[in-house]
Amino acid sequence: MRTDGEPATAGRAIEVEGLHKSFGALEVLKGIDFSVERGEVVCVIGPSGSGKSTLLRCVNLLEEPTAGRVTVAGTEVTDPDVDIDRVRRRIGMVFQSFNLFPHLTVRENLTIAQRRVLRRDRAAAQRVARANLARVGLSDKETAYPAQLSGGQQQRVAIARALSMEPELMLFDEPTSALDPELVGDVLAVMRSLAQDGMTMLVVTHEMSFAREVADRVVFMDGGVIVEEGPPERVVADPQHERTRTFLARVLDPAAAGLSEVPEAGAPGAEEERPAP
Amino acid sequence: MPLSRRRRARLLRGGQYAVLAAAVLVLALVADWGTLRHAFFDVEVAKALFPDIITTALVNTVLYTLLGFGFGLGLGLVLALMRLSQVPPYRWLAVTYIEFFRGVPALLVFIALGFGVPLAFEVALDMNITVMLSLGLVGAAYMAETIRAGIQAVPKGQTEAARSLGMSPGRAMRSIVIPQAFRIVLPPLTNELILLTKDSSLVYLLGLSLGQFELANFGRDALNEHKSLTPILVAGLLYLVITLPLGQLVRRLEARTAKAR
Repeated sequence: MRTDGEPATAGRAIEVEGLHKSFGALEVLKGIDFSVERGEVVCVIGPSGSGKSTLLRCVNLLEEPTAGRVTVAGTEVTDPDVDIDRVRRRIGMVFQSFNLFPHLTVRENLTIAQRRVLRRDRAAAQRVARANLARVGLSDKETAYPAQLSGGQQQRVAIARALSMEPELMLFDEPTSALDPELVGDVLAVMRSLAQDGMTMLVVTHEMSFAREVADRVVFMDGGVIVEEGPPERVVADPQHERTRTFLARVLDPAAAGLSEVPEAGAPGAEEERPAP
Repeated sequence: MPLSRRRRARLLRGGQYAVLAAAVLVLALVADWGTLRHAFFDVEVAKALFPDIITTALVNTVLYTLLGFGFGLGLGLVLALMRLSQVPPYRWLAVTYIEFFRGVPALLVFIALGFGVPLAFEVALDMNITVMLSLGLVGAAYMAETIRAGIQAVPKGQTEAARSLGMSPGRAMRSIVIPQAFRIVLPPLTNELILLTKDSSLVYLLGLSLGQFELANFGRDALNEHKSLTPILVAGLLYLVITLPLGQLVRRLEARTAKAR
């Protein structure tokens, strides 16, 4: 996907070098080096507090890195002279808590930034909005308000809102963590189809089945560093590090880790965390 | 003999009724009903007040209130944004303003603008301007704090979502945060409107011409004319005609807000 006006520059979609981030005395990211190629889907997994959300938020500068360089589609966002608003237009972001604008209808949620930021006229903005609503399967909700939608629908609207800016890449910050289990599938299905269409995606998630099926690469983070990364069949199925193994054991089989109240009989190391929709 | 708890409660209640009945009885016997009725409920006097008390006084009360409210709301919004500014001097200015105008009596502001400014600068301010400034300057201080609280009550994720769509900080504030903040502060702002409605009676001080009379002034004038409290009572009731529906509105808005959360 291309943005209007912005030349698609050569190079990687995301390049992170020596990234450090501290909140006061607490160092959350302790030197991160990694990159995302164009068209690549990268899932970041790891225990809570490992810094994976912070890493994601440093990519579009919602968090200001303490040190290091972040380059997105050829533009160094950590350069103090860069116009971050211009860069952010090209980066779609989906939040754990949806963050739809509650005072606007679904359609207005999708058009407001197109109109105010991209200066599209009403008709063009609505055309794009309709196409993206259809894409997430919510064409009938154009005039609804966010509060009238279920969590899963809200998150799909949030994805459509980000897509309406026609971004070059998408960031997903635990997009299904706030959803009731039965609503997760629809959101993942939308993300899966985006990936199939070649969208560059950086996804912080706990959905191991999604990571295994959809990701080109999985990054495991713990304690503010990348412990290991590689194709999902290696990182998820055959982790090299003890920390990765411990984490995966807990996530994939809560029963074995003593976290589940209702152990599923005959499912040790269950392959599917949740059936695909 | 110790009384049971229930008996003691019944006796206590009976005693309270007895006191009330006695008070009513004394009032009925002692009060001079003819005088009282002439003072408060003189129908002839009341009739003479209409229609001017509506067409002039009530209209002017609403006009002065809206002038003050409009100016105060605009200034209050500016002060609220200054109070939240990244630039410390703006914050200091806003805090100083708010603390000052919340702390001084509105009456003093009216005197300053109605008499002080014309004398000191030798300018004659238009009556409506004087009222607008006097009511607005004080109202702005209260509204600024209300609006600031409203802006801060909008979740941070809203700004983050707006910014990540490429909106500038100002655009995110205008299109996303402030509209939501206003919905949050609608009930307290309506309360402020009620307070301003009553404060508009301070215009009384400025020495108005007949056509500029608002309710309090009109009542006072008619009181002198008729030697009856009736005009004051009618004026009071007309204030209630404005403020009671507003109070009702506040309750309804609050209920709606509570439901939306």
